[in-house]
Amino acid sequence: MKKSRSGFLREIRSNGSAYLLIVPAAIYTLVFGYFTLPYMLIAFQKFNFKTGLFNSDWVGFDNFKFFFSSPRAWEVTFNTLKLNFLFIIVGTIAAMALAILFNELRSRWFSRVTQSTILFPHFLSWVIVSYIIYSLLSTDYGILNRILAFFHVDPVNWYASPQYWTWILTIAAVWKDLGMNLVIYLAAITGIDDSYYEAGRIDGATRWQLIRHITIPLMLPTVSILTLLALGKIMYGSFDMIYAIVKDNGLLYPTVDVIDTYVFRSLRTIGNPAQAMAVGLYQSVVGFILVWGSNKIVKKVNPDHALF
Amino acid sequence: MTSSPKLFNTVNAVLIGIISILCILPMLLVLMVSFTDEASIKQFGYQLFPTELSLDAYKLLLFGSTPLYRSYMISIFVTVVGTILAVTITSMAGYTLAAKHIRYRNRLGLFFFITMVFNTGLVPWYLINLNLGLNNTIWALIIPSLVFNPFNLFLVRNYMSQIPASLTEAAKIDGASDFYIAFRIFFPLCMPVLATITLFYGIAYWNNWFNAIMLVDNEKLYPLQYLLFKLNSEISMIQQMQSSGAILGTQTLPQESVKMATAILTIGPVVLFYPFLQRYFIKGLLIGSLKE
Repeated sequence: MKKSRSGFLREIRSNGSAYLLIVPAAIYTLVFGYFTLPYMLIAFQKFNFKTGLFNSDWVGFDNFKFFFSSPRAWEVTFNTLKLNFLFIIVGTIAAMALAILFNELRSRWFSRVTQSTILFPHFLSWVIVSYIIYSLLSTDYGILNRILAFFHVDPVNWYASPQYWTWILTIAAVWKDLGMNLVIYLAAITGIDDSYYEAGRIDGATRWQLIRHITIPLMLPTVSILTLLALGKIMYGSFDMIYAIVKDNGLLYPTVDVIDTYVFRSLRTIGNPAQAMAVGLYQSVVGFILVWGSNKIVKKVNPDHALF
Repeated sequence: MTSSPKLFNTVNAVLIGIISILCILPMLLVLMVSFTDEASIKQFGYQLFPTELSLDAYKLLLFGSTPLYRSYMISIFVTVVGTILAVTITSMAGYTLAAKHIRYRNRLGLFFFITMVFNTGLVPWYLINLNLGLNNTIWALIIPSLVFNPFNLFLVRNYMSQIPASLTEAAKIDGASDFYIAFRIFFPLCMPVLATITLFYGIAYWNNWFNAIMLVDNEKLYPLQYLLFKLNSEISMIQQMQSSGAILGTQTLPQESVKMATAILTIGPVVLFYPFLQRYFIKGLLIGSLKE
């Protein structure tokens, strides 16, 4: 014990400046990472901003009961899982297919130009994207309703029709991240050894057969890692995106209200931090299990790619 | 057989062409609407090829004393200061985590990593910011986002750990401190990865409106994105712009085009830097995906 302590002191003395370099980041992580933990206790309180964490009344599981006994609990959980699954599945398939098409592209300048236009939406904020969606779907001036009118179809009041929004949000999410995933998958394809293709061609494989039996199987490790990582975050339903686009439009809640937006509303609009925390705790615990579980699966598939 | 590869190539190129157009067309629509005459919008709706062009929206935004200027200043300040601080903190920590002569580097890495895996969520984040007194200050837009994502930290660490340890040893023998080695030797060698995280942080700060919606009620502190977020629903805000923009006098309020023009001005800087941005961004994604 004494020995290790002096070892610790010696280490600090000899490499002190290196440890100083990490101090700002460590303080930051301590405050915004670790000091947030005690606040999770307010899920079991009747929290009052004035009295604070240590002097509010304890109420046991009442906040959880309130949430889980309402039909909204099931609704927001279902929406969170549904939307994020769709984002992952549709996004992955679209980016994979596009990466394969890009790999077959012969012209380099054309590939460069199209890649930069496809990457462009990635740099837009979700607020800007909400404007784009509004300009397409606005009931009065939106371009989609004008097109429908041109074909003598009745205009749709999009912002009051929840049934369409699952797919509107999916398209928006895929559209925005397509370019980024494309770059990653293209890198995975470029990493494939050329000799596989040569061997395939000598055996007389067609282009489609090369894609089917070489490109896709060799892309799969990258695809599975990214998918599993995304699965770990599935309880977090992109607050930024959904709140920017939908705001507090109650008409659309049945299909698009997710745990994140629900928590936000409980906290900032309704002003009940304890209830918001109870839902948040449920989200954190399930989220953690998912991260942990998906890491376990990654480890089984390929130990080198596991996070921890 | 002879014509089929050629046909495939053509179809493929056309398909990719269409997809890439679909990625910027919606943005062009917003751009065109911002230049459209308000009466024309009222009559024909938003159009890609407007019948009547007008600069009214931009005149109002640029020559009226609008809140837009203030928000621009806020956003620029937040982006510049936030990015510099975040990159400095991240790269310094990355050095320590990568340096092979540091005995506790793995334990420190774990210390950062745990917060990445276990997310306490929105409410504790909000309360800790209140307790630090950050709400309704400009620092609310900077400090809570300093380390957006520990991913950046691990990106830097991984890049730096590729630098041979002998370089550090040689410098140590010459009497250099870790400060000197980090700033004078490692950082210049790591320009690609530092440029990459600068872009990641820069874009994240510029596009951030979450901190504002959570922590800022004071209109004077609205960053651009949040102003834009508010603008969509609040016509009073446009009227406020109108009242100070005397040039337009009694003309009708160009509400629709003002909204879209604000959106265009908000992404202005991003478009300006775009060629540079995307080159480094692609490089950064490659560094991230290959070395992770």
